[in-house]
Amino acid sequence: EKHPDLLPGEVEFCSANPILKYTQDDLSQRGVFGTLFCTNFRVTFISDEKPQEKTDKTFKNKLYGENDIPLMCVDHIYGVYDEKRKLITGGLVKNKYPSKMIIHCKDLRVFQFSLTFSKEEDAKKVICLTSGIKCLCMYFVSAEMQWKQETVMFDSPEDWTQEMKRTKANCRLVTENENFELSQRYFLQLLLAVECLINVTNPKLSIVLTVNSTFTLTSIFFSFFFRMINAVAHNHLYSVKTEDLSESLPNIQDIQQSYNKFKQFFLIENSTDFWLSDVKWFSSLESSGWLDIIRQCLQKAVEVVECLEKDNTNVLITEEEGTDLCCVISSLAQIMLDPYYRTLMGFQSLVQKEWVAGCHAFLDRCNHLHQKDKEYHSPVFLLFLECVWQLVHQHSPAFQFSETYLTVLSDSVHVPVFSTFLFNSSHHRESVMKAESPLAQSGPLSCPTVWDWSVQFDSKAQNFFFNPLYLEKVKHDRAVRKPHKPKHQRNLSLPSSAFKTPPKKGFFKDETDSLKKMLRVKRLSRWRGSPDAPAATTREFFESWQHRPLDYHGLLLPCLDGPAVHIWMQRYLRWIPEVYILGGGSVAVMTKLMELLSQVQDLKRVLEQRDSSQAAKLDHRPYFQHRLLSFDSSGRLSSSFPFAYTCYRSFKPIIPTGLMQSLMVTDSLASQEDEASSVVSFV
Amino acid sequence: MSLVEVEEANPVMASAPIAPYNSSPLGNSSSPNASRESLKMEPLADVAMLPGEERVIDKDIIYICPFNAAVKGKVFITNYRLYFKNTDSEMPVTLDVPLGVISRVEKMGGASSRGENSYGLEITCKQLFAFLSQEKYEENGWNVYEAMEEYRRQGVPNSEWRVTFINKNYELCDTYPTILVVPYKATDEDLKRVATFRSRCRIPVLSWFHKENHAVIMRCSQPLVGMSGKRNKDDERYLDLIREANGTTKLTIYDARPNVNAVANKATGGGYEGDDAYQNAELVFLDIHNIHVMRESLKKLKDIVYPNVEESHWLSSLESTHWLEHIKLVLSGAIQVADKVSSGSSVVVHCSDGWDRTAQLTSLAMLMLDSYYRTLRGFQVLLEKEWIGFGHKFASRIGHGDKNHADQDRSPIFVQFIDCVWQMTKQFPTAFEFNERLLVVILDHLYSCRFGTFLYNCESARESNNVRAKTVSLWSSVNSDTSLYINPFYTPESSRVLYPVASMRHLELWVTYYIRWNPRIQHQQQSPVEQRYKELLVLRDQYLKKLEELQLSDSAPSSTHLTNSSTPNAATPNQRITHLQTPF
Repeated sequence: EKHPDLLPGEVEFCSANPILKYTQDDLSQRGVFGTLFCTNFRVTFISDEKPQEKTDKTFKNKLYGENDIPLMCVDHIYGVYDEKRKLITGGLVKNKYPSKMIIHCKDLRVFQFSLTFSKEEDAKKVICLTSGIKCLCMYFVSAEMQWKQETVMFDSPEDWTQEMKRTKANCRLVTENENFELSQRYFLQLLLAVECLINVTNPKLSIVLTVNSTFTLTSIFFSFFFRMINAVAHNHLYSVKTEDLSESLPNIQDIQQSYNKFKQFFLIENSTDFWLSDVKWFSSLESSGWLDIIRQCLQKAVEVVECLEKDNTNVLITEEEGTDLCCVISSLAQIMLDPYYRTLMGFQSLVQKEWVAGCHAFLDRCNHLHQKDKEYHSPVFLLFLECVWQLVHQHSPAFQFSETYLTVLSDSVHVPVFSTFLFNSSHHRESVMKAESPLAQSGPLSCPTVWDWSVQFDSKAQNFFFNPLYLEKVKHDRAVRKPHKPKHQRNLSLPSSAFKTPPKKGFFKDETDSLKKMLRVKRLSRWRGSPDAPAATTREFFESWQHRPLDYHGLLLPCLDGPAVHIWMQRYLRWIPEVYILGGGSVAVMTKLMELLSQVQDLKRVLEQRDSSQAAKLDHRPYFQHRLLSFDSSGRLSSSFPFAYTCYRSFKPIIPTGLMQSLMVTDSLASQEDEASSVVSFV
Repeated sequence: MSLVEVEEANPVMASAPIAPYNSSPLGNSSSPNASRESLKMEPLADVAMLPGEERVIDKDIIYICPFNAAVKGKVFITNYRLYFKNTDSEMPVTLDVPLGVISRVEKMGGASSRGENSYGLEITCKQLFAFLSQEKYEENGWNVYEAMEEYRRQGVPNSEWRVTFINKNYELCDTYPTILVVPYKATDEDLKRVATFRSRCRIPVLSWFHKENHAVIMRCSQPLVGMSGKRNKDDERYLDLIREANGTTKLTIYDARPNVNAVANKATGGGYEGDDAYQNAELVFLDIHNIHVMRESLKKLKDIVYPNVEESHWLSSLESTHWLEHIKLVLSGAIQVADKVSSGSSVVVHCSDGWDRTAQLTSLAMLMLDSYYRTLRGFQVLLEKEWIGFGHKFASRIGHGDKNHADQDRSPIFVQFIDCVWQMTKQFPTAFEFNERLLVVILDHLYSCRFGTFLYNCESARESNNVRAKTVSLWSSVNSDTSLYINPFYTPESSRVLYPVASMRHLELWVTYYIRWNPRIQHQQQSPVEQRYKELLVLRDQYLKKLEELQLSDSAPSSTHLTNSSTPNAATPNQRITHLQTPF
């Protein structure tokens, strides 16, 4: 009998056999027989058939394969009872036994299993556990820690100091929150804008502050906060603009609702559904509002960038919690401004700084525990990745990482192995990790961060994270390089937040009010004209940026016109066989590029062997350092590479069905003759 | 004051300063390669005129740019184009519009403004510039397509198919070419009788022959069934001869029209092949709408992108134009045709007259089936054969030399076809030898009247107007500098059938054609991948050259096989590398 290969720490709970797994890309409802297992990490299907020869995929996740669903990745489970389907929740299976189980995954895979052939008890157990498990499982995967040193984790004062040095920021580090006395929602460091002794040589200091707007602060914290605002607003040459994101952007519930609608268009169960949804495809997408939310976030980030870049104004972005849209906007603004964050390490450090140390409530927002309470769920981090993807899509050579990297990162949120996305705050993380676990024999828990990519992918597969089009900055000779000052200081986000339940609520009401007043005055004084005005000036800002020659290492702005905002095809369409383009898509071009690159590298090596002095004279363009992606040479790749590249389908084309429903032109034109003067000869 | 409206399918309305790509879509006044900088340096002086171009009018006017404010400048009208250049300000605004592109001149304001401008335009529009052009090219593009040569390439004539010269004086059918391929067993007398039963005598003739399975694509017009449901034994027998030629059990007839329209056509004497009359055939309707629906659809598309691109409801606006849905229908029709043929069954394709939707379907199916048509040369042959030769009514559909703007005969059928080709090149970026620029240039000259290629409705009209002798072919210009139109990623795969995915998930608006004039939409002269690839090609050649020098200095006579290594050859790089490595 077959059993799944268990990860260290993984325990098998139950199994059901035989189960028929429908192959999704086949209308004939055929499938593969096998066994369904449920462990404390995943649901897995093991086929009775011999595995095909082609199992050595280049891009393979070590933790879960194509027939594994990590329990945290399960989005919804449906039971099909005589043609009707019902959502199965909380491990409860209604008295009646479903004939079919449909699993929708958070990474948008869809699985369909027929349960009619197996024992009812076994199958029920599997369903129960799959839908009911609420524990987060962590494994003691031995990580090689190859990336950790490079990604700045922002969990020590040194990291912050280092970052301030890098950005030449004039800030002071305060460590008063080291033991979470000020705020549990924030980590040990707060940056405090220095009582700005104005630096005349470098007067331009731009800071993005993220602050919550409830102002229910403890006394110590408040005094810091107030001094900070004062420091930035008054002692500084430049004014502060306050931007309350909860007023101008959709709230987390809106985001959640919109995404729920949006993702439905990609959870395709069969061909008929696919072609039916093809008919009103564009208007469906629009009705979900998801692309519009992406546009709004990017737009807001551009506005923030405009303040920093054009108006030399510091920006204080606020929001009720200060850990959702604040994270989105401040990280986006930093990516647009600072090319460092467009490198892979820089991006990972940014996520650590703004999201992990910035206390985005991953546990609540991702609903890892499958809570029914919908209030706190929201794909805010995914929204951020979506926005970054738009930038990557529009300005590919500016980014060191690829869209595959972003797709994998969005999947990794739902793999319960990494500490990165499991907690609501650093305080939460520390308290859990320090707590003695019954599982851990001794000492605190240690689990890898998501940045230990070797846990999921081998080094060959990791090459797909790098964008072969990335234009590395050409390093000039020292003699030529002028001692130039950075054009301006990069923004530092100042995380700050408040207690949800302050012990002495209202005690500092006066101060709070005065602060509010101050902020409001600032805001009014900075607002130009009508509420519509910012969009118009931002447009101007974009256009003037567009006039200048494009510098991939400088400021980067997204085009937000209707046709410029696209769907993240790789993430959303990768499991839908109807859209696979066999032998086409951007993979085809990448394959060619990689072939040529490896040829050139070979040639260079040969030259160097022959004559090292000659080779030294040869041009050293930075993209030589690029890693080669290894594409499988056997057979043609489909456009969904590197994700689903087993194409069961033959060369038969897919012919759309239901075409006529799509185009009922009721216009009188439709019935007209082609030729107005239709004279038919030889009647 | 007058308003000049450019043909809707070719919205080269204006070029604002930051979109240099647009400023000269036809590549006359500046090199198409010009970078942003060099375009700004473009001298304010006269325009570089084409040989044969003459100035008619120049005048100071104010141009109201739809994207910026009004600009003062000078307008030149020649017998080929309208050219505008602003005289003041540091922001250069140029406008370069061939007169053929102008779809309408509107007078605006009071009666007093009846200017000479519009008169000048009207006068010059009547003469087709192509006849005045004296451009000279090395190659004569009119020789790109030789019907016999092309049929021979396909493997025709053979024991099943013969070439007939029955139409050499356009006596059988005045809208067909002179050389036709028909079933071997059908006599010329048969053909004449079949012609009486097909609309405008456009009998079923061979378009494409599958070398391996001997299945064919035939094209024709609708049968003249009429209300009474007439039958014609000769036509029935003729279709059966087509079926028999390769032993197809059931001949598939693709009627491009929606079912209802085919039925309605009976009222005017047309119709479709009925079941009882054609027992060995199955009829499939492909539901593609007529030329009027397509015209309206493109008009709607123009409305949502000009002068401003609809922003907040972009996707639903795009959907409401139905343009991409029409593209989807045309593509999926062609996929069905190609699929049938590659599975070994012969097909007959027709619509009403067999020169609009039929041309779209046959040429797209041929593009999917035959890799030759995906080369730069082959694509020209495809257009010459299926569109120009078989009488797509370019003159009527585009309206060259025609005053009537709202002409019911106009329709962007050819534009739609090129859009479909573009969608295919998008989905298969390595399968086509030509690039997007070729498609844009073809569409630009569809309207420009600079070349004779797209003039007149059919071969007989072209012959009587002596187009070949009196005008220059577009292919003369294209083939004089092919490097502009080559796709560097092209990988020839001769036996491969390309099936695009005809789903809205993949179809996209051709922004770089329809919205290219809008300065706010970002354009990249070259895609970053292409740029990187070309850089690497150059680098590889440098290295190869270095290696060659090194080997020469070794004075090893055995290394002579490297002498031609400096010419880039993307097709066989692997072989060369292995060659190179052996000496070490």
